[in-house]
Amino acid sequence: MRELRYLHAVQEGIKQEMQKNRNIIILGEDIRHSLRGITKGFFEEFGGERVIDTPLSEIALVGAGTGLALSGVRPIVEFQLSEFVFLAFDQIVNQAQKLRYMSGGKLSVPVTYIVPSMGSRGGSMAGQHSDITYSYVLQAGMKVVVPSNAYDAKGLVISAIREDDPVMVYLPAKCLAKKDIVPEEIYTIPLGKGIIKKAGNDITVIAIGHFVQVALDVADITGEKGISLEVLDPRTLLPLDKDLIKNSISKTGRVIIIDDSNKTCGFASELAAFIAEELFDYLKAPIRRIARTVVPVPFSAPMESFVIPDKQELIDVVHEFDI
Amino acid sequence: MTAFSKSKYLEIYRKMKLIRRFEEQALKLAQDGEISGSLHLYIGQEAVAVGACFDLEVPDMITSTHRGHGHLIAKGGDIRYMFAELMGRKSGYNKGKGGSMHIAEPALGILGANGIVGAGAPIGVGAALANKFLKNKKVVMTFFGDGALATGAVHEAMNMAAIMNLPIIFICENNQYAVSLSVKDSCPLKRLSDRAKSYSMHGISVDGMNVEKVYNAARDAINRARNGEGPSFIECKTYRFYDHSIGVDKLGLKYRTDEEIKYWKNRDPIKLWENRLIKEQICNKKQIEEVDNAVEEIIIQAIQFSRESDYPPPQDALKDMYSNNYDDLPVLGWIKIKK
Repeated sequence: MRELRYLHAVQEGIKQEMQKNRNIIILGEDIRHSLRGITKGFFEEFGGERVIDTPLSEIALVGAGTGLALSGVRPIVEFQLSEFVFLAFDQIVNQAQKLRYMSGGKLSVPVTYIVPSMGSRGGSMAGQHSDITYSYVLQAGMKVVVPSNAYDAKGLVISAIREDDPVMVYLPAKCLAKKDIVPEEIYTIPLGKGIIKKAGNDITVIAIGHFVQVALDVADITGEKGISLEVLDPRTLLPLDKDLIKNSISKTGRVIIIDDSNKTCGFASELAAFIAEELFDYLKAPIRRIARTVVPVPFSAPMESFVIPDKQELIDVVHEFDI
Repeated sequence: MTAFSKSKYLEIYRKMKLIRRFEEQALKLAQDGEISGSLHLYIGQEAVAVGACFDLEVPDMITSTHRGHGHLIAKGGDIRYMFAELMGRKSGYNKGKGGSMHIAEPALGILGANGIVGAGAPIGVGAALANKFLKNKKVVMTFFGDGALATGAVHEAMNMAAIMNLPIIFICENNQYAVSLSVKDSCPLKRLSDRAKSYSMHGISVDGMNVEKVYNAARDAINRARNGEGPSFIECKTYRFYDHSIGVDKLGLKYRTDEEIKYWKNRDPIKLWENRLIKEQICNKKQIEEVDNAVEEIIIQAIQFSRESDYPPPQDALKDMYSNNYDDLPVLGWIKIKK
């Protein structure tokens, strides 16, 4: 059984899909030499017509993705950093995401955005290179997937490419190096389907991206103390697998949401609201959220650790429940 | 200068007249409360849309603006479905989902009007890139105004089109105002087509009230694009006779002098073209009247069609958001909690 790093699993998924469908073009900055590593070897294999380095023009990059998608091509747009989404915000949420609806279904925008998050796994990238930006686009109803492991990453990126709507694929930097068993053939994982990574009885931990592994590690620790965590990975943030969440919370009655984006109006807020609204009767305790402190990520390491949640916060919150 | 056939001269007149009458009737419908929201009238600029689009084929694409009814009609838009869309009917081009500023009909190559100034240009660039990749010989024409030249979107789009040598024509309709902002306060150039030089792109400025001048420049640009010679920029100097929109008109902002408006109304492109046709004996007054009557008939029937069309049921608001649907999408604003 072959193991692949998460980054290479994403790479393989995109490559195999581009081999299969000659109408896929990938655009971005520094993708021919593959600064980010996702498109390494693509220029050599697919040529300059299908692998395009654009000028530093995020508005034109995203707009071109939309125009390509409207015109019979299936484009993939790579953002070099997740904050670059801000530069093209109108083209993403006000154009690409809205065109189908405003046209009464006549226009269709089958574009896939690949968004690597924090620039380095080690951090210290400071305020403008450390954001995780999916909450901004979720509010517009944009489909978002956040794979937590290499196996899911390949299947989800292929599904995202095949989806006929805009989809943002967020690749958490802290997942990129992790290896997992990844089938060599093309396979898909459907959007909108989460997964229980570890069954448990006492608390549902809904973890996003790299926090899935953190939650699993914490589950081992607290398991020894007699607290059984059920770790739920939504995999797709929109559409959300509400049934999976309902089944889990109806069993445990307690929930912690751990998400590495800003707390205010972030994805954890959305989950908490949904759980409070629709699953209130199952709750034995208030919903708990762990997310980022709402400041720009500070440069110096001790401060950065303070604002970004980690294992210890999750352990502490677990112990605050009365079980 | 090209010598047109008589029927071509008349067809150009007919198209401009159709746009004019559409806009005049849309204004009336809005004043009578049959069209809601805002309208950005194209009155006075008809020569640009008609001249620019005349030689485009059906599969060629355009992106349009908030002031886009002229482009849409020039590209072949059906007057019935346009009125119906403006009147919010289900039979409108976009089922009432978009309204005036977002009309789209991909079957006619209309990739959409756009409510954000300049935003259509990068989308047009993408379409042109697709055409180049697919080798389908289609060209893209993207419209924007003088105000849009200041946007990052247009700059990035023109730059990218030049770098990638794309089959696209940038039409800058310089009606000299972006709402109340004079083009003199928006762009340091006297000739907006000088902008093209900075992108190593072919650029030309023409009198936008002279439909033949617009036509000639567009024809050259279209040929250039189709032959793989890359993008072009055409400035058409024109004027809008009405205010920015019906909403702004109500505010009575005095940013243009009466003399200036009068000067430009005397250069009405439709009147100029009609006068030329009569003077050069290309056709007579009776033939012009026949065209006018035919146009009027189309307008009347289209309005009737729209008035007789149903509004969409409210729940249609939940449709058309996604191509691939899932149980809980679109996200509802409110739900019944079952007890």
